[in-house]
Amino acid sequence: MSVNKKEEIIRVDHITKRYDENSVLEDFSLSVYEGEVVVIVGPSGCGKSTILRIMNGLEPIQKGEVTYRGEKVDGKLGSITRIREKVGMVFQSYELFPHKTILQNVMLSPVLVQKRDRKEVREEALQLLARVGLLEKKDNYPRQLSGGQKQRVAIVRALAMHPEVLLFDEVTAALDPEMVREVLDVLLSLAKEGKTMVIVTHEMSFAKAIADRVIFLDGGHLEEEGTATEFFEHPKTERAKQFLNTFTYAKVEREE
Amino acid sequence: MNWEVIGSYLPLFWKAMLLTLRIGWIGIIFAILIGILCAIVRFYKIPVASQIAGVYIELFRNTPLLVQLFFLYFALPRIGIPIRADFCGALGLALLGGAYMAETFRSGLESVAKIQTESALSLGMNKSQVVTHIIFPQAFSVSVPSFVANIIFLLKETSVFSAISLMDLMFTAKDLIGLYYKTTECLTLLVVFYALILIPVSVLGDRLERRVRHAEFGN
Amino acid sequence: MPNLGIEVLFKGSNMARLLGGLWVSLRISLIAVGFSIGLGIPLGIVMTSKSPVIKVITRLYLEVVRIMPQMVLLFLVFFGTTRAFGWNLNAEVASVIVFSFWGCAEMADLVRGAFISIPKHQYESAKALGMNSFLVFSVIILPQTLRRLLPLSINLVTRMIKTTSLVMMIGVVEVLKVGQQIIEANRTSSPNAAFGVYGTVLLLYFIGCWPISMLSKYLEKKWNKS
Repeated sequence: MSVNKKEEIIRVDHITKRYDENSVLEDFSLSVYEGEVVVIVGPSGCGKSTILRIMNGLEPIQKGEVTYRGEKVDGKLGSITRIREKVGMVFQSYELFPHKTILQNVMLSPVLVQKRDRKEVREEALQLLARVGLLEKKDNYPRQLSGGQKQRVAIVRALAMHPEVLLFDEVTAALDPEMVREVLDVLLSLAKEGKTMVIVTHEMSFAKAIADRVIFLDGGHLEEEGTATEFFEHPKTERAKQFLNTFTYAKVEREE
Repeated sequence: MNWEVIGSYLPLFWKAMLLTLRIGWIGIIFAILIGILCAIVRFYKIPVASQIAGVYIELFRNTPLLVQLFFLYFALPRIGIPIRADFCGALGLALLGGAYMAETFRSGLESVAKIQTESALSLGMNKSQVVTHIIFPQAFSVSVPSFVANIIFLLKETSVFSAISLMDLMFTAKDLIGLYYKTTECLTLLVVFYALILIPVSVLGDRLERRVRHAEFGN
Repeated sequence: MPNLGIEVLFKGSNMARLLGGLWVSLRISLIAVGFSIGLGIPLGIVMTSKSPVIKVITRLYLEVVRIMPQMVLLFLVFFGTTRAFGWNLNAEVASVIVFSFWGCAEMADLVRGAFISIPKHQYESAKALGMNSFLVFSVIILPQTLRRLLPLSINLVTRMIKTTSLVMMIGVVEVLKVGQQIIEANRTSSPNAAFGVYGTVLLLYFIGCWPISMLSKYLEKKWNKS
């Protein structure tokens, strides 16, 4: 693949993650290269979200290591916060700060963490909000927004930090169907710009449209990896076939 | 109702109210400080300190202020710790209130979901930035209704100060009733003066609640 | 080690007298709790009404109770009734009246809160299952309401018990007053009795209230999780 020639941004290397006795990820490795869109799919509870959380230093791991541009991400506070600045994350449940307005939500971290000029940050925040069509909501509080609007703000909030890679953790899973589109459109436009992204999603047609590379995860193992066309048109493993089948089957049943 | 009597009693009640307010506010301010301290110690489960705070909170939440004051005022001097009446009133109120405030603030802290912290961390904030900018403000606005209720509760509790011979409103009323039998006038003044203390607090409290709800819910 | 004056408690019938005093406090709170529940529940249901007249009147009642110290209410009833009606009200009766007046307001507010916290869907979905109004109320709404209500009303009981300590201020001879009498009587033989006696009273209240508070907390956690 041509992307392999590009610079590696994040690598998780032979990681093992357990909760109590249950292993969530077993000896899992993944590299994300600059400008690449990696989509992780798999059945519920397969450890997809955990990978993103580990990449962002939110989960302790039992074995293996995470490197960011070749630098090891360890538990040391200084290094971890510095790397989190470069790695944006958007959560399923938006997690806007309810006590701050939309604009304050977006501006908080660039001003507080990156110590950037308030005026310049504000300028940029307004531009970003305008880009996702939410400029007129800048002085509202999160509770006044719909789910789709909140999620777009959450994306803008992550973008305002100028991250080098963006992690999206099932960002449409909590949304009403008619709002899914408005959020996914933002992701598509970011992909067009060449942003590096790692996306966990259940929206298969979206995954097919946006992915440079698809990672199929089952039971904490990497089961299959390939380009979007390879994976969706010609899955190699039995597990992947089954997984994709469940999807079509589910659809048929819903239409009955 | 004899207005002349009311007029002549007014300065006495006024003086008594100032005493109640002075001791009350000192007690409440310390109650808030104790409450914040205990809530943090409990929330972060700091060993030993957390257990001590737990025992203190349960002890003071499950006994009446009147008995606490009797103990502080009459019993402590017997083992060599004499205590002034006004100081004792403020201390009792602070200890009682601290126990209530601690529970209020702690449940506020607990109401802030863990994932809010994670989302702040993922934006590159360090732990102290997360605490000051994300957790505390949210915990505070959640705590406000219960905080206001505590303040009103504590101000009402000041009415037992007369038991340790502080010349507060109750003391003044009881004294004057006993001396001159001007029951109607004294009871009227008593109600009016407590209303004077508590209605403004109640109104301000409502306004504060509405303001934080505005911040939280947006309308 | 200074003399803590605990020996006084074991002299003669002192401990029995103290416990007798405690019973007086408990009796007042139990009767008042009975009235509060009996009157507060129907009042709470009435308060869910949308009639503006009922709203204004009950709001006024709740506000008075919210703002006036129980101590002031005790004075009003105890001294006020003598004055206004010439009754020479027994202090214990006055206490029961005041605590019932107070508890009934608190109870009614809890009941109202519990009822309005049940989402409208619950009524609708029960009706959709073909239940009539009586069934909806008794099978669906009431059990859910009780779950919200019970921990809070148990909590009210502990507050009631604690607040009964005030009745000594209008002359009811309850545990604290008995303690005072014991200390007075033993002033010369045990000068430090205050420590032992008041410490014991404090402990007695704690032993009475703490288990009830724990029960309330436990139920709240158990039922309000989902």
